[in-house]
Amino acid sequence: MKKIITSKEAADLIKDGSTIMVGGFLSCGVPDKIIDEIVKLKKKNLTLICNDTSYQDADKGLLIKNNLVKKVITTHIGTNPITGEKLLSGQIEVEFYPMGTLIEKIHAKGSGLGGVLTPTGIGTILEEGKQIIEIKGKKYIFEEPLGADFAIIYGTKADKYGNVNFRGTTRNFNPQMATAADTVIIQADEIVDCLDPNEVVIPGIFIDYIVEREKN
Amino acid sequence: MTVITPSLSKDEMKKTIAKRIAKEFKANDVVTLGIGLPTEAANYVSEDMNIIFQSENGILGLGKDQQGPEYDKQIVNAGGTFVKTTKGACFYDSQTAFTIMRGGHIDAVVLGALQVDEEGSIASWQIPGKFIPGIGGSMDLIVGSKKVIVAMTHTSKNEIKIVKKCTLPLTAYKQADMIITERAVFQVRENGLILTEINPIFTLDDIKNSTTADYIISSSLKNM
Repeated sequence: MKKIITSKEAADLIKDGSTIMVGGFLSCGVPDKIIDEIVKLKKKNLTLICNDTSYQDADKGLLIKNNLVKKVITTHIGTNPITGEKLLSGQIEVEFYPMGTLIEKIHAKGSGLGGVLTPTGIGTILEEGKQIIEIKGKKYIFEEPLGADFAIIYGTKADKYGNVNFRGTTRNFNPQMATAADTVIIQADEIVDCLDPNEVVIPGIFIDYIVEREKN
Repeated sequence: MTVITPSLSKDEMKKTIAKRIAKEFKANDVVTLGIGLPTEAANYVSEDMNIIFQSENGILGLGKDQQGPEYDKQIVNAGGTFVKTTKGACFYDSQTAFTIMRGGHIDAVVLGALQVDEEGSIASWQIPGKFIPGIGGSMDLIVGSKKVIVAMTHTSKNEIKIVKKCTLPLTAYKQADMIITERAVFQVRENGLILTEINPIFTLDDIKNSTTADYIISSSLKNM
């Protein structure tokens, strides 16, 4: 059985200076209530790993707007003008990856692999400072695994064993992030006693804490 | 001498480009459309073509935008718009999305660009020091799709976008297969660009004056 906690208790676990990976594609499939509590507790100097920085007044965007983040590792910031302004004025560091590279770096960490070889980015500035490996005449960029202190992710339903399922396009980065952090906290729309094993997307083994969204 | 170039409204440009993009698809193709202008192409594809649209946030079988008032907020496209799905659709996570996109399973990708050059290199993710939206799924899609179509307005505020060599940071090196604008269609070949179609309201001089890339005019040049 997994520990069921409130979103405030979840936010309390996170220490200043932590690296956190947060699930969600824009505002779809994001652990919004836990983020709200992180903002209320004013956690500082966070490194944020996320697909995008969402919108300026929504979920992941609130971490940027409230100056809680020193560095973002992401694929796209175009929907959040505040991230762009902070980047151009040097107030925040942004490390960009192609989306397919970012997800595989996270997967590599979670699955114990030594890294990723991807053809994406060959011939671009993404090659700079990277090891280029040629295999059978084709060039690949070597990318290291990427993990975090905390993964804060979303699930539609979670059961008491930590098994998680999803509706619609809410999966995105959530299943892979669940595998790649020291502590994994999931915000579920609903906690049920037990999911049908056929429906489970994230096996409960990856989950440490569950927060139920509707109750707080 | 005053050169008068015919002008199209923004809407007319979009329509012209979107209609032309739609002609590129074959029955049963799996296609990814970039956010913005390329998305419009879906409006000009007939249903009996059975084109399957893919969305990088995890949908195969992307349908039209949802019309309110009851939105299902858990089904969005890569631009965050609430969408419907088509019969036979499925959802998946980002790792599966990029297995599909980078892995060579997409027949055609259509995306916008800031610049394209005569080698088929594409720049679309930043103007250093000014505008840095980022990469998103674009680099993987370009590298992994069987056909790469750049669809964009021919110029931007009179700035030339089809250039000899991209000056902005590249999204992909030598990957474009064709360029569609409101004025013309170019095919990208090993030895350079070929102008294959022209919008009949423009002249060859209009194209020349708004393109710095070298190109050959096809002997079978057609109207768009």
